[in-house]
Amino acid sequence: MSIAWYLAVSAIVFSLGAVGVITRRNPLVLLLCLELMLNGANLSLIAFSRMWGNGDGQILALIVMTVAACEVCIGLGMIVALYRRRLPVDVDELRELQG
Amino acid sequence: MVLYVFVVAYVGGEEDDAATNGAGPRGPSQWGMSQIGERLGGSGPVASGLRLGGAVAGGALLVELLIALLGTGLEAVRGHGAPYAPGPHAFGTPAYIGNLLLTRFLLAFEVASFLLLIAAVGGVVLARRRGGLDDDAGDDLAPLDLMRPLGTGSMSEGVGGRVR
Repeated sequence: MSIAWYLAVSAIVFSLGAVGVITRRNPLVLLLCLELMLNGANLSLIAFSRMWGNGDGQILALIVMTVAACEVCIGLGMIVALYRRRLPVDVDELRELQG
Repeated sequence: MVLYVFVVAYVGGEEDDAATNGAGPRGPSQWGMSQIGERLGGSGPVASGLRLGGAVAGGALLVELLIALLGTGLEAVRGHGAPYAPGPHAFGTPAYIGNLLLTRFLLAFEVASFLLLIAAVGGVVLARRRGGLDDDAGDDLAPLDLMRPLGTGSMSEGVGGRVR
């Protein structure tokens, strides 16, 4: 299979994640869709890395996975904190971030 | 993924409906972005229109990405990539990746490790039980608390200043 197929799959995965981020309101689903977008970008990074026979893209994909893990950790911690305070778990209700 | 499963089990999986139905009607004083969300979650022509708009935006993004990726002038995209020779230190093997991570990308590796540490500490701080088991203990009101809405995750709440 040529590299273009991998890029097409990554574009499809990224668009699915973008649609989820645009339309959903539950922060859990939002985080999952963000993960989907990051994984789409990772797939194209790996494909381009294979295309040039260069390992930089793979390292960047690993770093992106690390950052995604951190983001999910903080996001899920926030969701648990919200749930503890009986606040609505809904991104529209939580748009005011000023403390 | 395991973390997701745990949090879904903790919070419960039906917030999407519960938040939509439980939000209740709002006064006209709360016009703003949340109205769009209300319409998006509700039913009716506006909600379906907004959902359709989101789907159309996603489809447009997909078409644009596919045009950019598949209609590119890069000839290598149509090929099978660089020539590959298997071996113990060939492209993509764990030895290759580890060598790159510990030599050329050592700084990125270390920064990522610190980021993981900070995220772990932050997750513990965010998800810990505040103010012990008794929820009403030490609920003394500071003057600043009156000006600030509850549950906004400020520093004083983080250290247990005013906990509900």
